[in-house]
Amino acid sequence: MKSYVAPEYIVERDQDRCIRCKVCVNQCSYDTHCYDEEDDCMISKSENCVNCQRCATFCPTQAITIRENPNHYRSNANWTQEVLTGIKKQAETGGVVLTGMGCDKPNLTYWDRILLNASQVTNPSIDPLREPMELRTYIGSKPDKLDLEMDQDNGVILKTKLAPQLQLETPIMFSAMSYGSISLNVHKSLARAASEAGTFYNTGEGGLERSLYKYGDHVIVQVASGRFGVHPDYLNAGAAIEIKIGQGAKPGIGGHLPGEKVSEEISRTRMIPLGTDALSPAPQHDIYSIEDLRQLIYALKEATDYTKPVFVKIAAVHNSAAIASGIVRAGADAVVLDGVRGGTGAAPRIIRDNVGIPIEMALAAVDQRLRDEGIRNQASVIAAGGIKSSADVLKAIALGADACYIATAALVSLGCTVCQKCYTGKCPWGIATTDLWLTKRINPDIGAKRLAGLLRGWSLEIMEMMGGMGINAIESVRGNRLLLRGVGLTDKELEILGIRMVGE
Amino acid sequence: MVVKNILDRVPKNLILKKNVALIDATGVYYRDLNSLLRSLDGNGIEKIEICNVYGQRYIGTDLDGHLDIDIYGTPGNDLGAFMKGANITVHGNVQDGCGNTMDHGQIVVHGRAGDLVGHSMRGGKIFIRDDAGYRVGIHMKEYIGKRPSIVIGGTAQDFLGEYMAGGVLVVLGLNMKEKVHNARFVGTGMHGGAMYIRGEVRHLGEEVAVTELNEEDHKLLKSLVEEFCGYYGLNAEKILESKFNKLIPVSSRPYGNLYAY
Repeated sequence: MKSYVAPEYIVERDQDRCIRCKVCVNQCSYDTHCYDEEDDCMISKSENCVNCQRCATFCPTQAITIRENPNHYRSNANWTQEVLTGIKKQAETGGVVLTGMGCDKPNLTYWDRILLNASQVTNPSIDPLREPMELRTYIGSKPDKLDLEMDQDNGVILKTKLAPQLQLETPIMFSAMSYGSISLNVHKSLARAASEAGTFYNTGEGGLERSLYKYGDHVIVQVASGRFGVHPDYLNAGAAIEIKIGQGAKPGIGGHLPGEKVSEEISRTRMIPLGTDALSPAPQHDIYSIEDLRQLIYALKEATDYTKPVFVKIAAVHNSAAIASGIVRAGADAVVLDGVRGGTGAAPRIIRDNVGIPIEMALAAVDQRLRDEGIRNQASVIAAGGIKSSADVLKAIALGADACYIATAALVSLGCTVCQKCYTGKCPWGIATTDLWLTKRINPDIGAKRLAGLLRGWSLEIMEMMGGMGINAIESVRGNRLLLRGVGLTDKELEILGIRMVGE
Repeated sequence: MVVKNILDRVPKNLILKKNVALIDATGVYYRDLNSLLRSLDGNGIEKIEICNVYGQRYIGTDLDGHLDIDIYGTPGNDLGAFMKGANITVHGNVQDGCGNTMDHGQIVVHGRAGDLVGHSMRGGKIFIRDDAGYRVGIHMKEYIGKRPSIVIGGTAQDFLGEYMAGGVLVVLGLNMKEKVHNARFVGTGMHGGAMYIRGEVRHLGEEVAVTELNEEDHKLLKSLVEEFCGYYGLNAEKILESKFNKLIPVSSRPYGNLYAY
C-alpha cells in the first residue's frame, strides 16, 4: 500500500561543508544517511529521520541541518498535522499509534503559572554560599508523636521506634525506568550518580542487573504487575521497594516490552525466556482493592523483615486524593504521584495525551486531603511527571511534596533530545535501546558525571531560591504554600492549588 | 539469643525438641508468628510444626533455609509469598495467593485452594489435592533452570493460566462428575509454558492451542502426577491412563501486531 504519510523532517546538507567523513552514516540508527560511492556524495533519506539531532551534533563540519517538513497540509486548528498523520498511519496499519516520552501538549503545565516568593527588607535573605543550607530529606512514615526520655548522663533519649527512612542529601531522585526500556549503561550511570549525590535511583520493573547490586543502598527496587526479576534477593538488595500501580504517561494500562528487546542480558535480569514479549498486565492481579494493596505492602514488608520503606506509585487521576488516603491507610511509607506529563518508553499516544491529570493539581489535592484527615505524617509524598527544572522541584515541595522524581530531565542530561521515538528501540543516543552497538554510546563514567552535575546544579539553584526567601532548611518549604502565588489562574484553580493570586 | 527473645514474648507457644520446633498458633498475630519463624530459620531447626493456624498471612515468606514446615489449620492469604526454599505441607485448605511470586520451594496442600495459586511464580512446586479458585498460575514464568509447576487434583476456575509465560500447569479433575472443566477463558494471553488438562475445557482463551502430548510431555506429566499421588496416596497409573490435552500458546508474542509505528 502506498503510504500517504509525509516525512516529518527534511534533512539538509551543506555540500560545501560536507567532507564525506560518513560520521552521520555511522551515527544514525534509522538509516537516514548513506554514501554514494559512484558520485562521491552523501544522500539523506528524509523520510527515515526522527530529528534526534545525533548526526547534526556529531558532524565535524556542521554541515547538517534538520528542519520540520515545510510541506504542511492546509492550516487547520482542529485537523492539525499530527491528527491527519495519525489517522493516515492507522488506516495503513490498523494499529494503535505509539509514542515515547511525556505528553507534548501545551496548557497542561501549572508550574509556569506559579511564582515563588523572595525576602525584601522584613525578613533578610540568606546567602547559601556562605551560610549553611539544609536540603537533607527523609522519606518514610513519621510517628504521630515522639516519646522522649530525659537521662542525666546521655541527655534526651528517643523512645519511639521510627519506621525505616531513606536519607536524601537533595530532594531529587531518579524515577523508575526499567532495564530493557533503557540500557544497562544508563542504569549504571544512574546508580553511580545517585550514590555519589546521596540520593536514589529506581530500577523500574525490569529487575536489577547483578553488577548493580553493589549500589543497593541507593536503589529503589520496583515491584509491578509483571513481577519481572522480582525475587527475595532483589527485594532485599534495595533500600526501598516501590509498588507500581500506575504511570502518569499511561494510567490504567499495562506495558509490553516487545520480544525484539528481550535480549540475553534483559532475559537474565527479568528472568524470562529470550525473545518473548514481556507483558505487564494492566492491574496487579493480587490487588483489586485497598485491602489487597495492604496485603501486598505487608507481604513485601514481611519479605524484608520490616527494614525497608514501601512506596506505592499511582498515576495522577481524578480521585487521586481519596486513593492516596487509602494507600496511606494501607500502610505505605510513601505515596508517589505521577502526573499526566510523565514520560514513558512506549505508550499509546491517545492515552498519553488524554488520560490523567497534571501533577500540580493532584499533589495539592493529595497533600490537603492527607492533612485534613490527620494522616499526612504517616507517609511521604513524592511528586513525579513533568519536573523539568529546580524551580519545579521547589514549587512541588512548597505544594506539599517531600521529594521529586525526575526521569526525562535525567535522560536529557545524558544526551536525549526528546524526539519521542523511544518505542522503536533504536535510540541513536544509546539510551532507550538494548542494541549493544548503540548502548556503547553511553559511557557510564561520563554518564554518572553528567547526571551528578545536573543534581548539583539543581541543588545549588534550590539553595539560592531558598536563601532568597530567607529559608535555610528545605523542611521549612515543605507544604508552605504561602511561598507560592499564582498568575493567570482561575479562582477554582487557585483554590485547588491552595495558593493565592499574585498581588494578594 | 533471638529465639530466647521471642520465647519471652510467646513463652507457652513454642516447644523445641532437638531440631524440631512445635508452635501453637492459637491467637498469635501473623507478624509475631512470622517473626518467630524467621528467628528459628538458620538456627539449626530443620522442621517446624505449627498447629491451630487460623488465617495468619505470609507464612513461609522470607525464610532462607530448607525448612520443612507442617501447618495444621487454615493459613491465611499469601502463603509462601516470595518464598525461596522452604517445604510447606498444609493439613487443611489454603486461601488466596498461595505461592505468590514464589521463587523456590514447595507447597503441598491437603485440601483446596483459593484464587491466584502461584501468581507470577518463577520456581518451585505447588500441589493442591482438591479444587482451586480463579486465575491459577496467572503470569507464571520460567527461566533457564527455573521451571515452576502446579498440580491441581480437582478442577480450577476461570482464567486458569492467564498471561502464562512459562512453567507447567496440570489439572487432573479427579473429583469431577462430568469430564468437562467448567473454567472459562483458560489461557487468555498465554505466551509461554504448557498446561496439561485431564478432560476437556469448556472455554479457551484466544491465544491458546490444543495439541496432543508427545513423548517428552508424557515423561514430564508422569513424574509430576507420580509425585502428586505420592503425597496423597493415590494411584498414578490409573490417572495417567486417561486422555490429557496439552494447551500451548499460539505465539510467544500475542500482541506483536497491535501498533502503528
